[in-house]
Amino acid sequence: MPQLNMVQAINLALREEMARDDRVVILGEDVGRDGGVFRVTEGLFDQFGPERVVDTPLAESAIVGAAVGMAAYGLRPVAEIQFMGFIYPAMDQLFAHAARIRTRSRGRFTAPLVVRTPYGAGIKAPELHEESTEALFCQMPGVKVVVPSGPANAKGLLTAAIRDPDPVLFLEPTRLYRMIKEEVPEGEYTLPLGKARIARPGSAVTVVAWGSMLQRVMKAVEGYDAEVIDPMTLSPFDWETLLNSVRKTGRLVIVHEAPLTGGLGAEIAATVAEEAILHLRGPVIRVAGPDVPVPLAKLIDHYLPSPERIRAALDEVLQY
Amino acid sequence: MPESTLATFAVKRLEIIAPDGTADDSLVPDLSGDELRRVYYLLLLTRTYDGRALALQREGRIGTYPSVLGQEAAQVGSAYAIHERDWVFPSFREMGVHLTLGYPAHQLFQYWGGDERGLRTPDGMNIFPICVSVGTHIPHAAGAALAAKIRGDRIAVVAYFGDGATSKGDFHEGFNLAGVRGLPTVFICQNNQWAISVPLSSQTASRTLAQKAVAYGFDGIQVDGNDVLAVYRATREALEKARNGGGPTFIECLTYRMSDHTTADDAGRYRPPEEVEKWRERDPILRYERFLAKRGLWNEDYAAEMQGKAEGEIDEAVRRYEAVPPPEPGEMFDFACGELSARQRQQRENVRE
Repeated sequence: MPQLNMVQAINLALREEMARDDRVVILGEDVGRDGGVFRVTEGLFDQFGPERVVDTPLAESAIVGAAVGMAAYGLRPVAEIQFMGFIYPAMDQLFAHAARIRTRSRGRFTAPLVVRTPYGAGIKAPELHEESTEALFCQMPGVKVVVPSGPANAKGLLTAAIRDPDPVLFLEPTRLYRMIKEEVPEGEYTLPLGKARIARPGSAVTVVAWGSMLQRVMKAVEGYDAEVIDPMTLSPFDWETLLNSVRKTGRLVIVHEAPLTGGLGAEIAATVAEEAILHLRGPVIRVAGPDVPVPLAKLIDHYLPSPERIRAALDEVLQY
Repeated sequence: MPESTLATFAVKRLEIIAPDGTADDSLVPDLSGDELRRVYYLLLLTRTYDGRALALQREGRIGTYPSVLGQEAAQVGSAYAIHERDWVFPSFREMGVHLTLGYPAHQLFQYWGGDERGLRTPDGMNIFPICVSVGTHIPHAAGAALAAKIRGDRIAVVAYFGDGATSKGDFHEGFNLAGVRGLPTVFICQNNQWAISVPLSSQTASRTLAQKAVAYGFDGIQVDGNDVLAVYRATREALEKARNGGGPTFIECLTYRMSDHTTADDAGRYRPPEEVEKWRERDPILRYERFLAKRGLWNEDYAAEMQGKAEGEIDEAVRRYEAVPPPEPGEMFDFACGELSARQRQQRENVRE
């Protein structure tokens, strides 16, 4: 098995799916000749040609809107939005159309499309290049939201996303693009959407994290008897895995780089309060970004949940 | 160095039938007498459907409804040229298009009556569901056309929208994509000159809407939107051009919204009645009747017979609509996504109780 980083793993998933299914078409800015600004689509234009890898004009709403039309016509478009901060013009297309075409048309038309976008902070990039507003998308029924945490699950999850009959927002943690190399299966390999993985078993406290925060949490919990859950799919969330863990440990810490208020941690905490409160020994603690727009590079380390803040939360909840 | 001129543009306007019914024979499309009469019936059917919908809304039997009164020729004339294999992306005021393409009238009542099942396009019809978010279906049409081009399918993709839509970002993004890629699209704007209470003069500084296509690299033409044959001719040519790889066309049908924006609006608050009366004289059905009469294809008895037939068809559609049992509460989950999550399944149980 080759040792690949996340960029290479995603590239491999795209290459294999495009070879297997000629309905799969990539579209976006700079995805063709340039191979994508992070090189995620490198080589695909040469291999599959300009009708399978489409360099679009600079128009995010039209990129996702065109993907809706292409999917309705019978293709399987994989649209790239260059950075999550540029997805906002396309939210109308995602929310008013992609998310609801199946229900509005009573199943006559569907939108089997994927929107991939670099997600999250920590690469010292300009404004709007480090967003994590996943909670907004989790609130819209009809859109799935998926966040890989490493090269292997990136390949498995993206393959599943491309094959999924409904729209999937695939958030690629930019900080992890080249940070990790691991064995990635070649050939047929999928991971089910909507299923979490237990990244690290434990019994004293449950920690939930995703994206590049998952990697940070794995380091921070060294020395603790912590069970770490990697949801991989944020919507639909795997409640069963989470609740089983919380019922076992009785303690929950949620770590997300997205701003605290209205973040997905709130939904997780509310669900645990509804369905497992008698199992909790103490409060649910969220370690999250502050409620401010993501700052630039000089302050980003004070914004992101740090290993110290994560360990402080573990220490606090373990007192109960 | 002397100045040079890099680009100029011209916008043509097509008219075929004069208000008195005389027509330029060189421009009259080659339709048979039966086909010309079929177009007439569809105009009557559209107006009859529309009048009935307004009545039903007043009686509380359907909800808020946007009238197509005055726009019948723009809708029927263009739709009559569309082939079964073409794809159509309508906005929300295209009932004449729907009826011309054979979309079941009772389903239109169902949709405006608040039953989503009305929006389930029958199998075999390539009509996308009505688009409420103005202009956002224009990129859909571009995407479908791009897919058709990739697949090598010789079809045209039609998007309908109003004058207000030409101010939306998606109009520009969709047009730009269609132009730069030479997509097989026909964009049809029903310029009825009012976007709720905003007149065309507040919507744009462009002399015509048609010329907006020029910036995106393709032709725009304005037609008299109340002249059903002009609309038909321009649309047919544009569709053939698209199917043959000639790229996009933009057709601006200059017409007039004779009624309110919807039944929740009162156009009397912002429109002078003299303006409406002026356009009543340009009524599309009246003009076409004069044209047909001059060709021996129309008289009062024939009109009454066709009107009776249209009423019968709409009566049946209303009867069918009101015979449909209301949807079950659980049905809101039926097509929410391909496979419901555990949480959604629980919610469906809760809703059923």
